[in-house]
Amino acid sequence: MAIVEARNVKKYFGEVKAVDGVDLATREGEFLVLLGPSGCGKTTLLRMIAGLEKPTAGEIVIGGQVVNDLPPRARRIAMVFQSYALYPHMTVFRNIAFPLKAQGVPKAMRKDKVLWSASMFGITHLLQRKPRELSGGERQRVALARALVREPDVFLLDEPLSNLDAKLRNAARDELQQFQRRIGTTTIYVTHDQIEAMGLGDRIAVMNAGKVRQLGPPQEVYDEPADTFVAAFLGSPPMNLVEGDAVIVGFRPEQFLPAELHTAAPLVTFTFRLTRVENLGADRLLYGVLEAPFSGQRAIAKLPSTVTLSLQPGEKYPFAVPQQHLKFFDRTSGLRTAPRPL
Amino acid sequence: MRRGSVRALLGGGAHFGLLAAFVAFTAFPFYWMLVTMFKETSDLLNPNNNPFLFNQPPTLEHLRVLFGETLFGQWLLNTAFVGVLVVAITLLLAVPAGYSLARLTGRLGEQLGIAIFLTYLVPPTILFIPLSRVVATLGLQDSLWSLVLVYPSFTVPFCTWLLMGFFKAIPRDLEEAAMIDGYSRFGAFAKVVIPISVAGVLTVVIFSFTLVMQEFVYALTFITAARRFTVSVGVPTFLVRGDVYFWGSLMGACFIASVPIAVLYNFFLDRFISGFTVGAVK
Amino acid sequence: MAVVKDTAVAAPAVRAGRLSRLLDDETRLGRLMLAPAILYIALLVGLPFFLALYFSLTDITVGSRTLHFVGLKKFHEVIHTPTFKLALKNTFIFAFVSQLLVLILAKILALALVKDFRGKWFVRLLILLPWVAPISLGSIGWLWILDSIYSVVNWVLVHWRFVREPLRLLGILDPRMPPMWLGQPELAMASIITVHVWRLLPLATVILLAGLTSIPKDIHDAAAVDGAGFWRHLFEITIPLVAPIMIVAVLFGFIFAFTDMIVIYVLTRGGPYNSTQVLASLAFFTGIDGGDLAEGAAISLFLFPLLVAAAFIFLRIARRAEVT
Repeated sequence: MAIVEARNVKKYFGEVKAVDGVDLATREGEFLVLLGPSGCGKTTLLRMIAGLEKPTAGEIVIGGQVVNDLPPRARRIAMVFQSYALYPHMTVFRNIAFPLKAQGVPKAMRKDKVLWSASMFGITHLLQRKPRELSGGERQRVALARALVREPDVFLLDEPLSNLDAKLRNAARDELQQFQRRIGTTTIYVTHDQIEAMGLGDRIAVMNAGKVRQLGPPQEVYDEPADTFVAAFLGSPPMNLVEGDAVIVGFRPEQFLPAELHTAAPLVTFTFRLTRVENLGADRLLYGVLEAPFSGQRAIAKLPSTVTLSLQPGEKYPFAVPQQHLKFFDRTSGLRTAPRPL
Repeated sequence: MRRGSVRALLGGGAHFGLLAAFVAFTAFPFYWMLVTMFKETSDLLNPNNNPFLFNQPPTLEHLRVLFGETLFGQWLLNTAFVGVLVVAITLLLAVPAGYSLARLTGRLGEQLGIAIFLTYLVPPTILFIPLSRVVATLGLQDSLWSLVLVYPSFTVPFCTWLLMGFFKAIPRDLEEAAMIDGYSRFGAFAKVVIPISVAGVLTVVIFSFTLVMQEFVYALTFITAARRFTVSVGVPTFLVRGDVYFWGSLMGACFIASVPIAVLYNFFLDRFISGFTVGAVK
Repeated sequence: MAVVKDTAVAAPAVRAGRLSRLLDDETRLGRLMLAPAILYIALLVGLPFFLALYFSLTDITVGSRTLHFVGLKKFHEVIHTPTFKLALKNTFIFAFVSQLLVLILAKILALALVKDFRGKWFVRLLILLPWVAPISLGSIGWLWILDSIYSVVNWVLVHWRFVREPLRLLGILDPRMPPMWLGQPELAMASIITVHVWRLLPLATVILLAGLTSIPKDIHDAAAVDGAGFWRHLFEITIPLVAPIMIVAVLFGFIFAFTDMIVIYVLTRGGPYNSTQVLASLAFFTGIDGGDLAEGAAISLFLFPLLVAAAFIFLRIARRAEVT
């Protein structure tokens, strides 16, 4: 078990600043998710932690030791690749035994460990197969077993679920979390999928343009976004952001409801001209335009289908948001600012 | 409908005829070798006999002479000796170089790769004169070792280029996984990349060997003693004596030394072509 | 985690030290792995090449202990010998005529081979034989086929009536004096070219074939839907699309044609009366058989500008292939 730290880490590829000054530290045994759109630098950061890329500047620290000059194999980490990177010429058994062989573990012990690791993922019946004979889900388990077998201090997972189909992905997410809880090894998980991030992470680091925009538990990142990027990146549909005189005001579509549905006070009321209704089964999405003082700006409301209120496109309705759920952002920097009266 | 099928039939016939004509052109000399090697000399050398028929019963006499009374067997051994050593040297040099160009040297590697391939275009006909001097200086004249020394100069560039292509096609993830799993950069190459590239390495072995078998100019230049010739030079120079041609044995020698290796080579041809076309074919 | 956590997987022993660090350092490892090949090529291709340049400026011979720098004298001498002029002319005739024939025949053959049919692999093998068999041995096969007395070609010309009579009537053939394929200057050149075409046709064909099969089927379908007939299709779709690959095939063909001397060495030794002498064979007979290394080197270097041009075209293609 170990803590992983990035201290002002930078990685430039020529002119491109892939990672541009990241400070980040995991906690002991934590499941930390790096979340961001593609090209935000999250994979590059992970690869620097693994030792596959050298930082342009800054330090990577694992278990209190600066590892910048250590090759990947000396960092006591294990990594699962997006492609799983199973060795195509080896059986599943030899794939899993490969890291042990590298460490010079005696043969008999190697076998025990492979069996132990394979049984953790329920793949003992596949040990004599070659990777090409496995399904996507089986390959993913083999990759995890290979990572586990050497009992590393840190797991690094690079979008390990993105090659699975949607149905399998839900089950795999569940297993992955249970497994991590059980072994309690510090895990860093890279994804661009906010549902994975929200569901798996103890904490989420949201990245954009080479920087960490916010670090915190999923609910905190969701409820209290640190800036407009995080606000707009998380949530489906994302937070409504409307521009006021000096600030940008944000509110979640699920808090933006017809005024009469709200019970709590105090409320802030908007006049909402409905333009389109989308029925998604469990929810209704209401697309529309706000009236003064935000005239012409678009917003979306999300109503649970349990609300049967009749709402007609083209009509105007009073909609409201509880005051505590209004978030304020600076117009120029995009950062959160103190609440103020509208 | 009927017109269409007639046209199709005509088209099929033309297609068949065309291919037959080409095959006749390309394969006839080898067919002719095969026929000649089993004919009695008196049958071969009678201008009135129909050369397409066996006017006398077939004979194995020419093959007996070839293996029993000429150095042909020795030449085959010499060729195999040079071939094996050249293949070994080629692998030793080209496998690491190909990997280095594919993975470790970046943009500079691309330029160097093309430069190395270009040296393949420098023909023996420019190099054999200075090389004959180099070989003499090293005291290797009239020795098979001169060929072992010189032949990699044309196998290494092409094989490096071919292997570079193979290595580039291997997903990087695999090497990185091996590095995470506990191997060094070099260990990942040795333990993961090479075992995956068996097909590529085998291709290089076959090509190097056939290139050695085909080489003519250097062997003709450096070797003078009949005992030390390779097949490709021994047969045309020593089985042809003045005006006396042992046509039966000669054709037997040509057939035996060319067709089996040709068949083997055929299996690997597609990779060879992709090397030749420099990625102009995707 | 209480499962197996035991002593076996203690910190992996990363051997500190220079070797272990080297095996991880991409840049230095890369150089180290590349160096032997580069060194070898430099010593056995680069060095001899410059030696060839140097020799051509001296008076070196096979037996000589000393050599004198004579500048461009050898080039000057060489250019003015009639044999050299003839060889230069022959080289161009040989290269251009054989390449033209190869290109046309290869194009036809490749189009015929694109179609799938039963036994295709066997046909391909037969067509490839001339390229993959050692050319010195293949040439001996032709030596027998074109023999002055026992030539099977002549036997057909003389004994097959339906071949003989038309030719006789056209005045091309005198059955009592059948052609000496390798003994008459024009026929000898024609024979050499034929054998060379025979040898290079397979390579050009498979390269073109690779090009043809790489054209996506969609494009052919689109052209068919747009109403292109066979010829329009051939000249406006197929040929332009395989053009870069055709250039590669032609390039290799020229290099082989300019530098090859094996066919000539086996079939005619440059004769009769130097009528099939080319630069490559002349360099050999002068430099090795004649012992005049300097003059041989000078002759062979006349090939060099041609090769530079070839390399230049090659580089352009390689660069373009990289872009797409």
